[in-house]
Amino acid sequence: MRLELVKRPEMSRKMMLLSPVIAVGLTVITAGIVFALQGKDPLQGIYLFFLDPLSSLWGLEQLAIKATPLVLIALGLSFCYLSNNWNIGAEGQLTMGAIAGSILPVLAPEFDHWVVFPMVLLMAAAGGAAYATIPAALKVRFGTSEILTSLMLVYCATLFLDWLVRGPWRSPTGYNFPITVDFNSAAVLNSYDIGGVYLNFSTLAAVIAVLAFTVLLRMTLKGFEIRVIGQSPRAGAFAGFSARRMTLFTFALSGALAGLAGMMVVMAEIQKLQPSISPGYGFTAIIVAFLGRLNPLGILVAGIVIAISYLGGEAIQTTMQISSKVATVLQGMLLFYVLACDTLILYRIRLVGGRSSRETARA
Amino acid sequence: MTGMPGGDVTTTMSEGPKRRPAATGEMLLEARHVVKRFGDNVANDDVSLRLAPGEIHALLGENGAGKSTLVKILYGALQPNAGEIVWKGAPVVIESPAAARKLGIGMVFQHFSLFDALTVAENIALASPKGVSMAELSASIERVSAEYGLPLKADDRVADLPVGIRQRVEIVRCLLQSPDLIIMDEPTSVLTPQEADQLFITLRRLASEGCAILYISHRLEEVRELCDRATVMRRGRIVAETDPATETVASLARLMVGTEIAEVHRSLSDRGPPRLALVGLTLPSNDAFGVSLHDVDLEVCAGEIIAIAGVAGNGQGELFDAISGEKPAATDGAVIIDGHPVGYTGVNGRRRLGAAFVPEERLGHGAVPGMPLSDNVVLTRHSTKDGLVARGLMRFARASEIVGLITDRFDVRKGVADPEARALSGGNLQKFVVGREVDRVPGVLVVSQPTWGVDAGAAAVIRQSLIDLARAGSAVLVISQDLDEIFEIADRIAVISRGYLSAAEPAAAMTRERIGLLMAGGAEKRGEG
Amino acid sequence: MLEAIILTVITAATPLLLAATGELVAERSGVLNLGVEGMMVMGAVGGFAGAITTGSPLFGMAVGMLAGAATSLVFAFVTLTLVANQVASGLALTMFGLGLSGLIGESYVGQPGIKLPSLSIPGLTDLPFVGPILFGQDAMVYFSFVLVAAVSWFLFRSRAGLVLRAIGDNHGSAHALGYSVIGVRYLAVIFGGACAGLGGAYLSVAYTPLWVENMTAGRGWVALALVVFASWLPWRAALGAYLFGAVTVLQFHAQALGIGLPSQYLAMLPYLATVVVLVAISGNRRKTRFNTPACLGVPFVPDR
Repeated sequence: MRLELVKRPEMSRKMMLLSPVIAVGLTVITAGIVFALQGKDPLQGIYLFFLDPLSSLWGLEQLAIKATPLVLIALGLSFCYLSNNWNIGAEGQLTMGAIAGSILPVLAPEFDHWVVFPMVLLMAAAGGAAYATIPAALKVRFGTSEILTSLMLVYCATLFLDWLVRGPWRSPTGYNFPITVDFNSAAVLNSYDIGGVYLNFSTLAAVIAVLAFTVLLRMTLKGFEIRVIGQSPRAGAFAGFSARRMTLFTFALSGALAGLAGMMVVMAEIQKLQPSISPGYGFTAIIVAFLGRLNPLGILVAGIVIAISYLGGEAIQTTMQISSKVATVLQGMLLFYVLACDTLILYRIRLVGGRSSRETARA
Repeated sequence: MTGMPGGDVTTTMSEGPKRRPAATGEMLLEARHVVKRFGDNVANDDVSLRLAPGEIHALLGENGAGKSTLVKILYGALQPNAGEIVWKGAPVVIESPAAARKLGIGMVFQHFSLFDALTVAENIALASPKGVSMAELSASIERVSAEYGLPLKADDRVADLPVGIRQRVEIVRCLLQSPDLIIMDEPTSVLTPQEADQLFITLRRLASEGCAILYISHRLEEVRELCDRATVMRRGRIVAETDPATETVASLARLMVGTEIAEVHRSLSDRGPPRLALVGLTLPSNDAFGVSLHDVDLEVCAGEIIAIAGVAGNGQGELFDAISGEKPAATDGAVIIDGHPVGYTGVNGRRRLGAAFVPEERLGHGAVPGMPLSDNVVLTRHSTKDGLVARGLMRFARASEIVGLITDRFDVRKGVADPEARALSGGNLQKFVVGREVDRVPGVLVVSQPTWGVDAGAAAVIRQSLIDLARAGSAVLVISQDLDEIFEIADRIAVISRGYLSAAEPAAAMTRERIGLLMAGGAEKRGEG
Repeated sequence: MLEAIILTVITAATPLLLAATGELVAERSGVLNLGVEGMMVMGAVGGFAGAITTGSPLFGMAVGMLAGAATSLVFAFVTLTLVANQVASGLALTMFGLGLSGLIGESYVGQPGIKLPSLSIPGLTDLPFVGPILFGQDAMVYFSFVLVAAVSWFLFRSRAGLVLRAIGDNHGSAHALGYSVIGVRYLAVIFGGACAGLGGAYLSVAYTPLWVENMTAGRGWVALALVVFASWLPWRAALGAYLFGAVTVLQFHAQALGIGLPSQYLAMLPYLATVVVLVAISGNRRKTRFNTPACLGVPFVPDR
């Protein structure tokens, strides 16, 4: 028995919608098996992991808080991946963005004026974009693999933040903890009560970004350019589109969004800098981007699904004493399932029994 | 590279070619009622073929007629769904190419199955039985290749060899296995006429030694000259078996196509002022495998078609990129469109001046395979005055409208209104990418391989549209490897060889022999004639 | 002092060398497996578990190797059988490996491990300076050099290696000649996984006999960069691994050498060095064109 792929004449629209659903379904089944292997009730585990986070207002609020940065970062990454630019360093861009955005509230804590708020966001976006431009420029100028350089810079950014909060930026009043001073009120994201759920501005920003990216990708020449360069670089050059400029553009854009997302997490949740400011949002966003089929609306849904897995991980840990690391494993599995199911869009899969062509015979 | 593992197995290889002829009167190979389906598509429908020892047998048919499928089945690369293959009187199942080679069936591929990064000897080792040392193999390569007039050096790296020599590697690779049957897929498409004549001598010698040759070609003239018999396929079926010497080129073409092909009508050219000029165009190659252009001069005038002939890989791609603007020139004045120097201008700037381009690769260069035709219209026309983009927003209705216009005018057959480019057959997609540009009525049109791998009907439509465009006052430059096509449509002919372009000469004064000489390097001696 | 530095360089270089050699073979066959980090970390947790459960560090190494190979099988199935994007699948493998190793290793955190013993030949190992360096290493250090020699011989002297290189150069032609592109690639990917697993196990059994979550700390990615640095030649990978080993240990000896940089900046060095080396190496593409597998990362679907 073996699998054989039969190419479809055209992409299957049905499968484009169905493949992420199948992938999520397979993940649910896998989760059940994992829970059962740990000697727990799989159905209770599945309920707690996937549905419990949706059952309370508090859960929905946490969901929005987790999904917001994931969606913002994944949107930027989707433009990179669509145009064949492999930015996997969003975590570093998030960190550098947050550092750049914190310059004002950390170094000028007395400057408490409304103008600080937009300045902080702007500087965060600029910092993330600038940091993302490094691997992009190296790719454009020297042909260096952006995959490896963007990832290496993640480690550098994390270490740089570590040095800052333990060294020059350490709060004099922080009892020697590696933290900066608390941000003043102008550099803080406040939450507002929306039907019992407390949300801040960043969630609104993410929704607006989803809509803007949808329009950009589907309706404008720029979006067309991104899709053409990604699918067929040679045809892109024939259309007069510059792949190099596109590399710089998509990296800068995704870096800016990652920086912005990181800053807003800091402004809303911890309101100061510390050695660790993100639970790996920059890496998880890669899963979100693919689960959302690199489509802005899909990414919105995918961001929510992945946020559920974060909360679900906490829920099973507190209720069933299952390690929350199960969530990370399931996220990795989910990405595999998504990539595997995407095969269905271009191919029909056939099971072939017995002796077949030499592909098996000669191995 | 020496010391392959286990070097003590003796093979016939070191002895040189030796054949075991089939019994007298017995067929060497018979394919009986072969059927091969791909999904719903029947590529081979009840196909039967008989080959006698020592005969040169032509397999004719249009693209998509099922020739390649049949050949792949005979070479063990595909398994038939039904039917049987009889080899020297005994039914056989050819499980793999290795099994085919073991039986004595060799194949020379059209798009060579060579490995660029490896040496000649390594390439040949990959298709040879295990257990021969590299040193032995190298020696027999050099001996056998010299013996058949196809000299090769075993240590040369394939990437460094010109395309004609690469074909030698493929042929010698077959010969070393002492085959009883060699299958050749369009072998002369990469050769100059003189090189082709040399190949025919080798093939006739092989045939006289008892080796059968199954010869696939669309060059009907050479089929008539070379082949003892011909089998004609159409839409997956065998439609005729004939002695090509008793046929004419036209009658063979009729058998292949099934209907009368529309003849291309050509009025006399009325040459106007130059619209496209190349002035001392020099372009060093920035790709290690590429060809540099040397001081190329050419003027294409309103009303005429100039064709550039040449063997593949002599700088055609680089020349196309330089004219289209995908690669900028060294000086602004090296490329001139309607009097405007455009050497520094990008492809869209040149399009806005009224130029249009059709590259050799339909899928992946001329069109994005996974995008619908409407998007592919936008691909080359987003910056011209076609109203496809307004304030950065795409106008989808306008794109669909243009698709409709092209479809109607060029008879593009498609299943749905706006299919993905890759869903179209080669001929229909080529009509679309040519039509997309011709529809703009460009002042200058540059087309590379306009009818490569396209059925005869579509080829006629495309060629006619090029002639009509030129006669309406445009300058048309065609880059082609197909001499029949060149003589059918060109008013003047130039030849490209290793990046040098010969002066364009009137087609009426050109002969195949002269083009062959220029292809082989005569163009480099500039200033002659 | 110098002796101590050289000894730490060797232990820092060995896991990189093991992982890079395996990935080199996979890439020579045309498969870009970015999941080295994930396979390594699975090897690390497997190796640690194997060693403390049985008390045998060598058994631990074997378990680590199997863990790496098993992890790579997931990647092979998704990218070779289902022709999924290799870049994205490699990332998925890394995330999956990091997550699963964390889950498996939760109970091992803080437990003391069992260290792979070093060679000790009375007389030779006691020689001053060269003794401990040449005759006082653990088995894996010697094995890593045997591995490089074997891979080098395999790739450039054996017929099977020729087939593997041919498949990486032009899978269409290799298929047309009747070679099993998918089959060979499966084997190459699994070999790469086994080597990465060994490299990871070396970390948790020999380098620091402990299990710490994410203990590979980017070494899998450095190994990937080493393959590029080596322009797909095994002995150059060995050279690269030792250079990187040297950069990695620099941070431990910097204080003693009187370099007054903050520790975080020293810790950045291996990562920055990777970037610098990648930039430097991308300058001479022409020279390496015959060693770069032309089909690297390109999925292959045979037509039937």
